Amino acid sequence: MNYWPLLGVAVIVIGFALRFNAVPVVVTAALVSGLLAGLSVPDLLALLGNSFVSARMLLLFVLTLPAIGLLEHAGLREHAQRWMARMQSLTLARLLIGYLLLRQLLATVGLTGVAGPAQTVRPLLAPMGEAAAEKILPGFDEADREELRAVAAATDNIGRFFGEDVFIALGAVLLIQGFYSQHGIELSPLAIALWALPTAIAAFAIQSVRIWLYQRRLQRRAAAPRHRQDA
Amino acid sequence: MLRIEHAYWLIAAFLLYSGWRNLRDGHGWHAAFWTVLGLLFGAGDFILAQSAAGHALPAQVAGAGVIALALLAPRLKRMAHPESSSAEQRLQSAIRLGHKLLVPALLIPLVTLLVALFGAHVVIGGQALFAAPQMTLTGLALACVVALFAASVIARTPMHEGAAEGRRLLDAIGWAALLPLLLAALGQVFTRSGVGAAIAAIATDFLPTGNATAALLTFALGMVLFTVIMGNAFAAFPVMMAGIGLPLLIHQHGAHPAILGSMGMLCGYCGTLLTPMAADFNLVPAALLELRNPYGVIKAQAWSALWIFISTFVLMWLLVFR
Repeated sequence: MNYWPLLGVAVIVIGFALRFNAVPVVVTAALVSGLLAGLSVPDLLALLGNSFVSARMLLLFVLTLPAIGLLEHAGLREHAQRWMARMQSLTLARLLIGYLLLRQLLATVGLTGVAGPAQTVRPLLAPMGEAAAEKILPGFDEADREELRAVAAATDNIGRFFGEDVFIALGAVLLIQGFYSQHGIELSPLAIALWALPTAIAAFAIQSVRIWLYQRRLQRRAAAPRHRQDA
Repeated sequence: MLRIEHAYWLIAAFLLYSGWRNLRDGHGWHAAFWTVLGLLFGAGDFILAQSAAGHALPAQVAGAGVIALALLAPRLKRMAHPESSSAEQRLQSAIRLGHKLLVPALLIPLVTLLVALFGAHVVIGGQALFAAPQMTLTGLALACVVALFAASVIARTPMHEGAAEGRRLLDAIGWAALLPLLLAALGQVFTRSGVGAAIAAIATDFLPTGNATAALLTFALGMVLFTVIMGNAFAAFPVMMAGIGLPLLIHQHGAHPAILGSMGMLCGYCGTLLTPMAADFNLVPAALLELRNPYGVIKAQAWSALWIFISTFVLMWLLVFR
């Protein structure tokens, strides 16, 4: 067993820990692992080039940028905020938990590409969330805004991850089934997917509680004596 | 017929446009970065076809291109271009256009959804309009074009303004956009270099084999840790299953395969929430939402990941050895 390629993992860990620019860190790690595994330079270059262009679908989100940019230029975020401010019954927690539920249900039926950070979080969920948070805490500052956007992105991720595993015809379930079938254990995709349901429910409950606690924290800050004059 | 390759060409065109605009504005490093990336996208199909035919040279040139991107990336300073319209202008426009602004934004998920659901049945002149592989993503690309068109009609702004606004956002995201692709490539190199096998070999040497609960905990934590390192639960799964899951938990301790597989994978997903290596879920959204802390999204989901992991592990422990 050749253990030297593990140094590539070390490059990643050290590079990320020291907060170097991630792009050269990742490429260096690939070169280190590949060379220490005894790949020749031409083979390694070809492997790198082929795997990079095979992953092009991961940049598909940039196609949303022109439309989103144009709409933001025309006031989309401002409109989402104004609209949210008018809807009294739609609180921050209801907005985020509703989005979580929708995202998870869509992922459950295999529709993971329908929503996402570029498609829905930046143009809609984040500005609506900001407006809802402002209704609770009028002195919402820039650091609060960043935290809220991070919570919105986290909600999007959690909804997607713990929904997609329930879908029978998608990556995870087929990978599990394929692995077992290679090793002589035959399972139906449905039998695997069903066991993702308990975690899907737990994930929904946990993230919902955390969203609710986040809202309560904002409410408490609003109720507490003001430290800032601008509020 | 619309194929996913058309979407790649569209991305290539957008990247080359961004490179050209940056060159015109005197941002040489940005121009070079987006141009190299645009060329890689445009030539991608040719590179893969040549490799399949046994000609390695185009892929080698692409590999050199990837290294060039790595050398250029540290020179890109995060530059937030000033907003192209003032807050006051945007508010006026928002009041004037109202809910109409939501239409193009909602068209992106809607058109994607329609193509995903019904795309297979759309036939024009005896030919299917959408190619079967990656139909949802092809639908997403089409949805972006439709939304851009709708946005330019509603906002009465020419479409090329959209490209300019898109380029502004692309520059704000910067090199973070590239990380998901690079990490996918790294995963391939790791696999070919035997990194997974080496980690599994080390793990099996230090394993508590006798106690079923200890072995299960090692398996679950191994899924998390390995996912954090590789950035992807799919890469961790075969390694941990071959190392611990199959020989110890299933064959020795009689664990239920479906439960072990499904919940083990979900333990890995908790790791995905924690790692910068899963750049497309954690770092790209942080850049897209213009957070100053690149790890802001990870910070926001860390506690959720921990609690989801704990509940999944407890459920698995209760159910898997029945």
